[in-house]
Amino acid sequence: MSPVALQMTCVAALLGSAVLAIVLSRLGSATAVVYGATLVVSLIALIGSIRWLLGGTGGATDLTLPIGLPWLGAHFRLDALASFFLVVVNLGGASASLYGLGYGRHEHAPHRVLPFFPAFLAGMNLVVLADDAFSYLLCWEFMSLASWALVMAHHREPGNAKAGYIYLVMASFGTLALLLAFGLLAGPAGDYGFTAIRAAHHTPYATTLVLILMLLGAGSKAGLVPLHVWLPLAHPAAPSHVSALMSGVMTKVAIYGFIRVIFDLLGQPTWPASVVVLFLGGITAVMGILYAMMEKDLKRLLAYSTIENIGVIFASLGLAMAFQANGLKLAAALAFTAALFHVLNHSFFKSLLFFGAGAVLTSTGERNMEKLGGLIHRMPFTSFVVLVGCVAISALPPFNGFVSEWLMFQAVLQSPELPQWALKIMVPAVGALLALAAALAAACFVKAYGVAFLGRPRGKSAETAQEVDRFSLAAMFILAALCLLAGILPGFVIDALSPVTIEILGGRMPIQSNEPWLSIAPIAESRSSYNGLLVMVFITLSASLVVFFIHRFASRAIRSGPAWGCGFSDATPAAQYSGDSFAQPIRRVFGTMVFHARDHVDMPAPGDTRPARLRIELHDLIWEGIYQPIADAIGYSSERLNRLQFLTIRRYLSLVFATLVTLLLVLAIWS
Amino acid sequence: MVVISDILVQGVQMLLVLLLAPLLTGFVRKIKARLVRRQGASVFQPYRDLLRLLRKEVVLAENASWLFRVTPYVTFAAIWVAAALVPTFGTGLLFNWTADLIAIVALLGSARFFLALAGMDVGTSFGGIGSSREVMIAALAEPAMLLIVFCMALVAGSTQLSTVANFMALSHVGLRVSLGMAIIALIMVALAENARIPVDNPATHLELTMVHEAMVLEYSGRHLAMIELGAFLKLLLYISLIACVFLPWKIAMIGAGPLSYAIGAGAYVGKLALAGFLLALFETATAKMRVFRVPQFLGAALMLGLLGTLLLFVSRSF
Amino acid sequence: MQMHSLAFDISHTLAGGLVLISFMMLYQDRLYSLLNVFALHALVLALSVAWQAYVQDAPHLYVTAVIALVFKAIVIPVALHRIVKQLGIHRDIESAVGIGPTMLAGMGLVALSMVLMLRVTADADPLAREDLAFALSVVLLGLLVMVTRRNAVSQVVGFMSLENGLVLAATGAKGMPLVVEISVAFSILIAFIVIGIFLFRIRERFDSVDVSALDDFRGERR
Repeated sequence: MSPVALQMTCVAALLGSAVLAIVLSRLGSATAVVYGATLVVSLIALIGSIRWLLGGTGGATDLTLPIGLPWLGAHFRLDALASFFLVVVNLGGASASLYGLGYGRHEHAPHRVLPFFPAFLAGMNLVVLADDAFSYLLCWEFMSLASWALVMAHHREPGNAKAGYIYLVMASFGTLALLLAFGLLAGPAGDYGFTAIRAAHHTPYATTLVLILMLLGAGSKAGLVPLHVWLPLAHPAAPSHVSALMSGVMTKVAIYGFIRVIFDLLGQPTWPASVVVLFLGGITAVMGILYAMMEKDLKRLLAYSTIENIGVIFASLGLAMAFQANGLKLAAALAFTAALFHVLNHSFFKSLLFFGAGAVLTSTGERNMEKLGGLIHRMPFTSFVVLVGCVAISALPPFNGFVSEWLMFQAVLQSPELPQWALKIMVPAVGALLALAAALAAACFVKAYGVAFLGRPRGKSAETAQEVDRFSLAAMFILAALCLLAGILPGFVIDALSPVTIEILGGRMPIQSNEPWLSIAPIAESRSSYNGLLVMVFITLSASLVVFFIHRFASRAIRSGPAWGCGFSDATPAAQYSGDSFAQPIRRVFGTMVFHARDHVDMPAPGDTRPARLRIELHDLIWEGIYQPIADAIGYSSERLNRLQFLTIRRYLSLVFATLVTLLLVLAIWS
Repeated sequence: MVVISDILVQGVQMLLVLLLAPLLTGFVRKIKARLVRRQGASVFQPYRDLLRLLRKEVVLAENASWLFRVTPYVTFAAIWVAAALVPTFGTGLLFNWTADLIAIVALLGSARFFLALAGMDVGTSFGGIGSSREVMIAALAEPAMLLIVFCMALVAGSTQLSTVANFMALSHVGLRVSLGMAIIALIMVALAENARIPVDNPATHLELTMVHEAMVLEYSGRHLAMIELGAFLKLLLYISLIACVFLPWKIAMIGAGPLSYAIGAGAYVGKLALAGFLLALFETATAKMRVFRVPQFLGAALMLGLLGTLLLFVSRSF
Repeated sequence: MQMHSLAFDISHTLAGGLVLISFMMLYQDRLYSLLNVFALHALVLALSVAWQAYVQDAPHLYVTAVIALVFKAIVIPVALHRIVKQLGIHRDIESAVGIGPTMLAGMGLVALSMVLMLRVTADADPLAREDLAFALSVVLLGLLVMVTRRNAVSQVVGFMSLENGLVLAATGAKGMPLVVEISVAFSILIAFIVIGIFLFRIRERFDSVDVSALDDFRGERR
């Protein structure tokens, strides 16, 4: 079977499982059957795409199905870029299915989730495989709607209906932008096949417009600031394994769309475009992580952190565009590899963290971290893997998050070669923003982990938490192992990504697997190199050495005692530092400017027995400044236009007549 | 033969930093005491403190988890590995390609990440206040440090610390505006990272005024010894970093003979003493600032780093 | 060549130092320390001018250096110190904008002047180019000090640091006649006197050196 046929068969199998889920939905065993089926199918698709990416298979890569537009058919194609994103999609799909085998048992309305889960996976696979504009848009919309249905699975919970509504509005807006973008790409001739679009010549005017439309369309799906507003509402509203898929994988599909159009279909990128992408990426990274820092809902915090990572990826893509526009192939390949590596990494640790949040949600029923605490004692395995995820996402060695950030910083250091002034100013500024975002991410995940998993339980539900089931744990442990593996053996990942950079940019990074001791050296060893494996070995060795010596020759006595409270022991767990108080210094430093944050302290007079209160005032300036006015304007105009609903038939007719005459007049004047 | 000497240099370096770090801190404390006309403890007092702490039993808070017990060792190991990769007396370190300057900064970040988590682990407000302020300081100091790294890397054309040190020692770098900015910013970051006055006061005994010490308040015995030794090492690391990049005088080159290594070691001890003296002088002359003045201090360091990087981006001759 | 590059490096470093000290001015929130930083600013300027005099072999520039040293680095700061003490002016500088945003704006201004100057003077001698870029940054930062501080004394200081930037630009270009420099130097002195008197007048009339008192007087309200 040819590779593309294999992938399409897997998609068909996924769609089949969706149908099966509808049939079985009332049965008790439906959960196990459906997730088992998606697990197997995703694994097959995953293996197929990995083999294709590593160059192990030959065979046809194009497939045309006689569906869709009659004169066009539906084209599907597997190339290196698509196969890389298929790896991301199917890895996410497989781990989410494995997790779902356990997590899905606690689902109180499985018939709302089961049919849409395989459909969602199929949609994401199809978007990546599509090779003409029509099927691309259709699959994109299918993916959006399936995920929307999953967001609305628990539609009775407060806030979810609003989340679904905003998601629907933003998704239609994004699809509209994509529709226009592909319309421009196809041009007046209207050939919607990607091959034809690639071959066509695009005017600079059209190129600029396509870039803007892609930033709106793909950017809104990926969560680029200021189009991110739906993301922190919709991603957490879905069941946790679906949240993991939406954050870890669906945003990547949006990035795939951006890369496909801007790097592949449009041909050579221009440098002014890269300035815009760089700027948006840098702002998105810092804003996303600042939002996350202020958040106390565990899943929303993770969703905001997704926005940060999307910003990081877009910033590296912007760098790659800048290098490519100036013909610096090696540097472009470095930046592009950093972006793809981060795509892969983010899908690992964000899925892992959402699974962890889901495990916490299952065993405590809480998403609010101010009511959690001390879970490390009651959920030891979950706590361990979530810690791995937190270290990885905070870009700390020896885990994978650090490697992609490191590659990105190396790319930044290549950029003084760029001749354009705007880039010379923009790149260091974006470098500073990314460094700031990385440091804030570490702060944010100290907060998330420290408040939710460490300390003492702040509520009854946290006190009685239980460790989750084996399937969920297995999924999390596999992802944690992948985080570590990608972190200590980055050379193999970089080499595996080289077919993609050759295909898209026409250049590649030096072969890494020949480097001694499995280290990586993006340009030359004398310039920079990093060896995650040795770093880990050194840390482990020296820590074990120290432990051995101390326990052997010094003391190993331990006495347990109450914590020191300055003589004021037995403080209630409520006296611990909460998430809000942990964020207070950063709120004061950054929040006053970014969120207009104010702390209001209501201190009763001496003798008054009512409790003192601290109220934190935060403003989402993007929502208040952009979305609220638009919503108000729409509300106002629909209020006005409402009168049109109560006219007589004669007036309606005269309206129609007036419109007809106006249009005719316009036509008469125009031509 | 070369490999053996390289291994030897690397091994000596690892031991040297470990042995010198408490001495440096003792020296700084001694000078500070003398500057305010006190006798002060012996310069060897930190060794005695460490040995005493190592022999004592650990008093563990009832709520402490495994993370609390693992953290001192992880933190110490991360800092030690980082310190072993900064050239001190010679640049020919065998494992310098393991981690470049960015990775060294990130290693220190890992150490702090775990320490901040340990501060949250017992569930008292002191640990929390220490951790939250520490991450606030780090959130500004780390990007500043990265920009300083960018500055050095752009001048030297490498992020590999040995290469940078070689470049600075051998070629005529001359006076550079951007490097001037980088060194000022680096000193500011080093003060903040090592919890020195004016950012934090390592010697006060009121928990609310401290940042670093509040975070590790619950530690005792050998755990505390590891954390203290880690802090000593970190101070030594920053001074070595400043010395090897901005003052690479007499540092032994790759493949040099034993004599130049000996000279390099002598020069290194001299540089440490000079830096320790200046640090003590500076700390005696300034007062600790309010916690919420620190962001402005570090913001200034960040701006300096950014300005230096910007200048280098605009023209390589800055 | 080696000699030339050393000369280049030193003048460069001094000019860069001026930008740095301008940033330090932005960062100060105490009046006395602001005055001290200003004195440092003038001192570095004097050094820079003297170095230019030596490099360009233009002895008349030494006069400018001495003027900068004596007046700006010693006389004016001392005098302002005394004025502040005599008037009992509140020693905190009230800034209209926070320090963080001000520094960010300062970064933007430096970037702007770099881009502008290096682009406009693409063919000129590299030494003069980069010095001019620094000088423009110093001028813009001086203006920034003036617009972000409410206190009249700090506005005076901002104005004088702006003036320092002009002197830096003037000495960076070869063959600038002495007349201009003396007039430039004296104009500051005059400005200082005028504004000094101004201070007394505000103080007498309104009991404050906050310039917003003047707005009230003109019938404008903020």
